[in-house]
Amino acid sequence: MDLTLKIWRQASVDEDGKMVDYSISDVSPDMSFLEMMDMHNEQLINKGEDPVAFDHDCREGICGMCSMFINGEAHGPDRLVTTCQLHMRKFKDGDTIVIEPFRANAFPVIKDLAVDRSAFDRIQQAGGFVSVNTSGNTQDANAIPIDKHNADKAFDAATCIGCGACVASCKNASAMLFVSAKVSQYALLPQGKVEATDRVLNMVKQMDEEGFGNCTNTGACEVECPKGISLENIARMNSEYLYASLKG
Amino acid sequence: MSKLQSKVPEGPLAEKWTNHKSKINLVSPANKRSIDIIVVGTGLAGASASATLAELGYNVKTFCFQDSPRRAHSIAAQGGINAAKNYQGDGDSTYRLFYDTIKGGDYRSREANVYRLAEVSTNIIDQCVAQGVPFARDYGGLLDNRSFGGVLVSRTFYAKGQTGQQLLLGAYSAMNRQIARGKIKMYNRHEMMDLVVVNGKARGIISRNLVNGEIERHSAHAVVIASGGYGNVFFLSTNAMGSNVSASWKIHKRGAHFCNPCYTQIHPTCIPVSGEHQSKLTLMSESLRNDGRIWVPKRLEDVKAIRSGELKPTDLNENERDYYLERRYPAFGNLVPRDVASRAAKERCDAGFGVNKTGEAVYLDFADAITRYGKEQALVKGQDENDPLLVKKLGQEVVRAKYGNLFQMYEKIVDQNPYETPMMIYPAVHYTMGGVWVDYNLMTSIPGCYAIGEANFSDHGANRLGASALMQGLADGYFVLPYTIGDYLSDDIRTGPISTDTPEFESAEKEVINRIDSFINNKGKNSVDFYHKKLGKIMWDKCGMSRNTKGLKEAMIEIKELREDFYKNVSVPGSSKEFNEQLAKAGRVADFLELGELFAKDALERTESCGGHFREESQTPEGEALRDDKNFSFSSAWEYNGEPSKAKLHKEQLKFEAIEVKTRSYK
Amino acid sequence: MIKTSIARKIAMALSGLFLILFLGQHFTINITSVFSEKIFNMLSHFMGNNPLVQFVLQPILIFGVVFHFVMGFVLDIKNRKSRSEKYISFKGSANASWVSRNMIFSGIVVLSFLGLHFYDFWVPEMNYKYVEFLPQNPDRYFSELVHKFHSPIRVLIYCLSFIFLGLHLFHGFSSSFQSVGFNNKYTKGIRWLTVSFSIVIPIGFIFIAMFHHLNG
Repeated sequence: MDLTLKIWRQASVDEDGKMVDYSISDVSPDMSFLEMMDMHNEQLINKGEDPVAFDHDCREGICGMCSMFINGEAHGPDRLVTTCQLHMRKFKDGDTIVIEPFRANAFPVIKDLAVDRSAFDRIQQAGGFVSVNTSGNTQDANAIPIDKHNADKAFDAATCIGCGACVASCKNASAMLFVSAKVSQYALLPQGKVEATDRVLNMVKQMDEEGFGNCTNTGACEVECPKGISLENIARMNSEYLYASLKG
Repeated sequence: MSKLQSKVPEGPLAEKWTNHKSKINLVSPANKRSIDIIVVGTGLAGASASATLAELGYNVKTFCFQDSPRRAHSIAAQGGINAAKNYQGDGDSTYRLFYDTIKGGDYRSREANVYRLAEVSTNIIDQCVAQGVPFARDYGGLLDNRSFGGVLVSRTFYAKGQTGQQLLLGAYSAMNRQIARGKIKMYNRHEMMDLVVVNGKARGIISRNLVNGEIERHSAHAVVIASGGYGNVFFLSTNAMGSNVSASWKIHKRGAHFCNPCYTQIHPTCIPVSGEHQSKLTLMSESLRNDGRIWVPKRLEDVKAIRSGELKPTDLNENERDYYLERRYPAFGNLVPRDVASRAAKERCDAGFGVNKTGEAVYLDFADAITRYGKEQALVKGQDENDPLLVKKLGQEVVRAKYGNLFQMYEKIVDQNPYETPMMIYPAVHYTMGGVWVDYNLMTSIPGCYAIGEANFSDHGANRLGASALMQGLADGYFVLPYTIGDYLSDDIRTGPISTDTPEFESAEKEVINRIDSFINNKGKNSVDFYHKKLGKIMWDKCGMSRNTKGLKEAMIEIKELREDFYKNVSVPGSSKEFNEQLAKAGRVADFLELGELFAKDALERTESCGGHFREESQTPEGEALRDDKNFSFSSAWEYNGEPSKAKLHKEQLKFEAIEVKTRSYK
Repeated sequence: MIKTSIARKIAMALSGLFLILFLGQHFTINITSVFSEKIFNMLSHFMGNNPLVQFVLQPILIFGVVFHFVMGFVLDIKNRKSRSEKYISFKGSANASWVSRNMIFSGIVVLSFLGLHFYDFWVPEMNYKYVEFLPQNPDRYFSELVHKFHSPIRVLIYCLSFIFLGLHLFHGFSSSFQSVGFNNKYTKGIRWLTVSFSIVIPIGFIFIAMFHHLNG
C-alpha cells in the first residue's frame, strides 16, 4: 500500500508544533500500525532526518503506553484495540492518515506524539490503593468469599490499562472513565470498601486539580476504550461520591 | 578455588528459611529512616520490593524507563501465578511445588532457593487478595484454579488472561501508597546508565532522564536491580520493545557475575512471524493448552495443499492429523513443559510439516474442546446434545468465557477467527532463566548490590514452569529481599548520607557522557535496529532452540564482528539533550551485542542438554535432551574480564539433599 | 460548596430532573386548553394565585432554571479550556451522538426561547398582578393564550424551539440518571422513557401551538 501520513511534529513541550506530510510506500497490510511507523522512522533515519517520537512498549495491547490519535480517533478506527494492535489492513491503498498526539491540557506533549500522562499516576497516588501492609501477615485468601458477580465486575473495571484514550476521545478531556474504573474496582470488593469514602473524595479532588474537563455523559470514552471499560463505572463513582459527600 | 559463596543456611531444607530469618541482623526502625535504597525497575519484583522496603521505613528511590511504573512488562503476563494452597484438595503441597519446579528446571536450580519460593508462595495469594487483586472466583465466592504445563495438580490462580496485569497493578498500588507518604521517590522515564561502586560496595547509580537527556547522580546504601530478562537479545521475542539487559550488564561489568546466560525459555505457543517487518512476537497463554490440541497433518502432500490454500485445516479428519505431543508424551500430552513442547514443534517443522507459508507454524485446535463443553452445557440446560450447531454455539460460549481476550487478540493480529479455524502457533523467545548470579540473600557478587525477579538467575534452573515467573517476582520483592537486605544494611547504620561528590561518581558519570557522545558523534550509515535485527538473526539461528559446537563458535565470531561494525557505523540521529529514543536504544543494543557473545560462550561450554538448552551433540536416540549430571551439575557464573569472550568461569556446584536427581520424563 | 466536577455534575442532573418535572406539569395544564377552556382557566388561575405556588415553587423554579443554565455555561467554558490545543482532525461522530456533544447549543436555543416565553407570558403576568394590581379575572387565561398564537412567526419560533428542547431532553433526561449514579438493569427502561418523553412532550407542545393557531 502507498499512504500519505500527516504527522504532528513538535520538538518539545515549550515549542510550537505543526503537521508535516510524508509519503510512505510498500506498506504490508499485515503490519501493525506501529510497525508501519517503525518503517517510516527507519526511512527518516536513513535520510538523515529526525525520526518521529512516539510512546510504545509491550506491543500487545496491555501496557497502555502507545497513545496515537489516528484519523480523529484515539487508537484509530478499529474498536477494542490499542494502536499497537491496530493493523494496516484497516486502511486502503492511497489513504491519507492524520496522526496526532493525545491532546489535553493535563497531558502535555513531550515530543511529537509522546505525551506526559503522569497526571494519572498522581490520581492513583491520591487513593487508588488498599491501605494494607505488604508484610504478608494477612488473613487467608479464602477467608472472605466474594460474590462472583461483584468479583467479575471488579475485574472488568481493573482491566483498565491507563492509556488515556478516554481523555483523548472526550470532547471535554475528562478523565472520569479512568478514575471511575479504579474507584469501582475497590468499591466492589470488601477489601476496598473500608476506605471507600476517603478514596473517592481524594481521587476526584486530585483529578480536578490536574485540569481534566467534566463528564457530560457523551459516552465517547466507552466506545474508544481499548478494554471496553463500561460507563457503569462512572455511574458507580458518581453514587460513591454522592454518598461520601453526604456522609462527610 | 571458587569465590562463590551461596550462603545457603545450615539445617534441614524445610527449616532453612525460617531459621535464617530469625538469625539474620535487623535494622531498627529509627535507623531505617537514615538509609537509602535504589531500586531499578518496576515490574512485579521491583514494584513489590520498593513498596515493602518503603513500608519498612527505608528511603526508596525507584527508577523505570517507562512513563509510569505500571507499564513494566510484568503487565503482559497472561496465564496465572502458582501457589501451593491446595484449595482444590488435589494433593498439592509446598514440597510438591518445590519438586515440580526443580524437576521442571531439569535439576539445574539451587535447592534451598526453590524450597523457599514454594514456601512463601501461599503468602503471595493472601497478600494480593488483601490488596484488592480481583482473581477469578467460583460461584461460591472462593478462588478458582487452573492447571499449567509440567504439573499434575491445579495450583494456578488467575485473573482471566490478564493475571500479570492485575498483580502488577496491585504492587503498583502498594507503591502509590508509599509514594503518597513520601517514602518512595519515583523517577519515571529514567534509565540507569551505570552502577557506582565505592570501596567495593554498591553506592549509587548514574541515570539519564529520557525526557531531557540530563545525566544525574543518585547515591544509596544499597542498589537493587529488578530490570527483568534479556530475551530481546534475539530481537524478536515476546518481551516489550524496551525490555533490555543494560542494568544487569552494567553491574556485570562492575563486578557482578552473570550466570547461565544460555538458559533461555522458548515458549511454544506464540503467534508465528508474518514477515520481515515484524517488530515483536505475541504470546498466546500456556493456559490454552488446557483445552487446545496441537497437531500438524500426517502427510506432506496435505501440508503442501494447506500452504497453497487448496486445503483448509478443518477439511482433514482425525486420521489425517498427527497430534504429535499426545503421540510422543501420552502421560502429559499437550501439557508437557515448555521446552519439550517447543522442541517437538521445531522437530515437526524441520521435517517439513509446518503449516503456514514460511513453514514455521503448527495448529492449536479448539474444535474438540468446543464440542466437549458444548455437549456438557446442552446436558446441563436440558437441550439436545446431538444438535451439532447448538453444541458448537454453547461450546464457543464456554471457550469465550475462558479465553475470550486471547482469542480476540489472535483475531486482531492474524485476521482469522480462531473459533472456526485452528490457531497457528510457533515457539518464540519468552523468558530468560539465566541472569545475574545471586546468593541465598539475593545479593550479587558486588556487596550491597542485589538482583531480584527475572534479572537474577536463581530459581528456575534450565527451564521455567508456567505461572512461576509471577510467583518468583513477587516472592523476591515482597517476602525475601526485605528481610535479607537488612542483614547487609545493619552494618551501614552509622554511615550517614552518601555523597555524590566523589571521584567514583565523577568518573562513572564521565564514562556515561563519553559513551553517549560517541554514539551521537558517530554519524554512521546504519540504524540501531539494523544491528539489533542482525544480532537477533545470529542468536536465533545459532543459539536458538537447538545448538551445536560449530554454530556456537561461529556465533561468537559473528557477534564480535557485528559489535565492532556497530561502533564504527551506527547512526544515532538528534542530540543527547532531548527525548531521543534512538539514543536510548543504541545503548541497549550495544549491551546486547556483548551479552550475545557471552551467551554463545556459555552455551558452547555446556556440552550437555538440559531444559531450554539443547545441544544436538547430547540427545537420546529418541531425540530427547540428555543431561550430563556428572560433569555439569553446576551453575556457570561468569566474571567480566575486559571482554565477553575472556569472561572467567566460576562454578557453583548444585547439591540436592531433599530430592533425588532423575532423568526428566513426561512420557 | 458545589466545587468539584462530580458535585457540579450531580447538581446539573438534579436541576435538570426538576425542570423535567416542571415541564411535565406545564404540559399537563397546557394540553387541557385543547379540549376545555374551563379547566384550563381554572388550573391557570390556581397556579397564578396560589401563594404556595407563587411564593415557594415559583422562586425555586426560577432558581432551578438560572442555576441550570449558569452552571451549564460555567462547565462548558471549563471543558473547552481543558484542551487548549485543538485536534486537527476530531471525529466526534464516530463515538458519540450529535445531541450529546451539542447540549450547549440545544440549551442556548431553549434559553433564548425562555426569554421570549417570559416576555410573552410571565412579564405581562407579573405586571398584571404585582405592578398594576389589576382585578382578578379567572377567565382571562385562555384568551391570552389563543391571542399569542395568532402570529405565524411566533408559532414557527415556538415549534423550532421545541424541536431543540426535544434534542436537549433526548440526551439530558437519561443522562441525569447516569450522573446521579443510577446505571443498572433499569437503565434500558429509563432510556425508553427518555426517548418517549423527548418526542411526546415537544410534539405535544407543538400540537397545542398549531391547534390554537389554526383554530384561533
